[in-house]
Amino acid sequence: MELLNKIVSKLTQHFQGEVCTGEVLYDFPVITVPSGKVHEVLTFLKNDEELNFHFLTDLTAMQTADEKQLGVIYHLHNMMKNYRVRVKTFMDINKPEVPTATDLWPGANWMERESYDFYGVRFIGHPKLKRILNVDEMDIFPLRKEYPLEDQTRDDKSDKMFGR
Amino acid sequence: MSKKENNTTAEPQEEKEYSILNLGPTHPATHGIFQNVLKMDGEIIVEAEPTVGYIHRAFEKLAERRPYAQITPITDRLNYCSSPINNIGWHMTVEKLIKAEIPKRVDYLRVIVMELARISDHIICNTVIGQDTGATTGFLYLFQWREKIYDIFENMCGARLTTNICRIGGFEKEWDKKTWDLIHAFIEGFPKALEEFTSLLERNKIFMDRTINCGPISAEMALSYSFTGPNLRAAGVDYDVRVATPYSSYEDFDFIIPVGQSGDTFDRFRVRQVEMWESLSIIKQAIKKLPEGLCHANIPDFFLPPKDQVYNNMEALIYHFKIVMGETDIPKGEVYHAVEGGNGELGFFLISDGGRTPFRLHFRRPCFIYYQAYPEMIKGTMLSDAIITMSSMNVIAGELDA
Repeated sequence: MELLNKIVSKLTQHFQGEVCTGEVLYDFPVITVPSGKVHEVLTFLKNDEELNFHFLTDLTAMQTADEKQLGVIYHLHNMMKNYRVRVKTFMDINKPEVPTATDLWPGANWMERESYDFYGVRFIGHPKLKRILNVDEMDIFPLRKEYPLEDQTRDDKSDKMFGR
Repeated sequence: MSKKENNTTAEPQEEKEYSILNLGPTHPATHGIFQNVLKMDGEIIVEAEPTVGYIHRAFEKLAERRPYAQITPITDRLNYCSSPINNIGWHMTVEKLIKAEIPKRVDYLRVIVMELARISDHIICNTVIGQDTGATTGFLYLFQWREKIYDIFENMCGARLTTNICRIGGFEKEWDKKTWDLIHAFIEGFPKALEEFTSLLERNKIFMDRTINCGPISAEMALSYSFTGPNLRAAGVDYDVRVATPYSSYEDFDFIIPVGQSGDTFDRFRVRQVEMWESLSIIKQAIKKLPEGLCHANIPDFFLPPKDQVYNNMEALIYHFKIVMGETDIPKGEVYHAVEGGNGELGFFLISDGGRTPFRLHFRRPCFIYYQAYPEMIKGTMLSDAIITMSSMNVIAGELDA
């Protein structure tokens, strides 16, 4: 909670106005920023002397429950002080564009390619945004909720008794 | 500068011809299905282009259709050299989500299992470095001790490689006497074997000449490429999840984090070597301090009741049915839990919407993240150096491709 307050107040001060909403989920500070601002926020979090989130632990994507938005989730880490923060950003599924983080962390390269591969998030400025785990010829983004895992026309495996 | 430019314009250089070499997908020295398209100038690598995804199995999509207990077998197949760490990491993620209180005894037993798994993981990596440099003896010699670790797992849970060990909330049963005997025999006998292996390679002039300054990586570069685990520690950064954010009562144990200096193959080998000794010491401490009590938490909603009660008691039967069908209530929430896997920080990012399956589950796989630095690391080196750099990074195909 302390860390979250510090991050939010620093961001508010730096950007002169509300730029993020914060919450603590299972002892983990989480901030949500608009997708247009996410690169500036990440740059600030990385370069700020006190916070200094110098390590990108993880980058992944998700789809919201209403299936209308895609999200990108960054996990940042400051190893010296053992601070961790999760940065989330959401954008419209019809225009899923977000600036790349490869200029801040070269390690974001494959993680962004993976997010593109599975969700179709387009990272603007990425050096080589192409599929990584799936075949190049694939024309869908398989982890989106509109592609169910099993064939929905099957009726021999009815789930209506137990499935929620 | 200008003179040089003049020179080059005066006599235009002949265009160099490079040869393209496919290393993989099924090359015996790559220990898995990786393809690297190398652009070679003689025997020097000019550029490398890795292709991954040959054994991609869509685990994250599969997990969205499975109740929580059924996701454990999926995690087995991430880093299959140390599957108990993956299993227990997953269980702890779910326990964090449901806010279960885990008894100390379970923590200590889990620590024993995880450290055994870490030893078996490091045995594979280090002996294979020897194998790839031409020293087959150590490989054959230490592998029988890996077999003994698998014997222990087999006695605990019935499986050797893909263990599916442990349950949400603890162990399914107390370990029997045979298991404990095997563990004690291992602790007794392993130090001698490891010492002999150490004397075979660690101060061996040929091995040192071969591995020192081979595939080095600086600490800054390793951090910017999000390295974790032994590969990051070999570069000189003392980051270990077990110490930074202790889980499963790791704060109760006394151990050191070995660090290297130059991040080359020799340093990676040495870090893993010392970590095996540390793991052994942790196991001994855990056995010595093992508290009494139950081997599982008191969470009837998630932990299966004993079989005699299931057959004779209706409530127990109901619980059994609900757990097996995945019908117990799960809170909504977002959890990130990380454990120190054999290769580094193995993270589980779980979003639950209250349904019987996860809404989104993402595995932070250390292999996938640090393998992208591989082309950078082997640029300008010989082909044979590229092979041992890869084996010393311990890239596991299952974890890489998920």
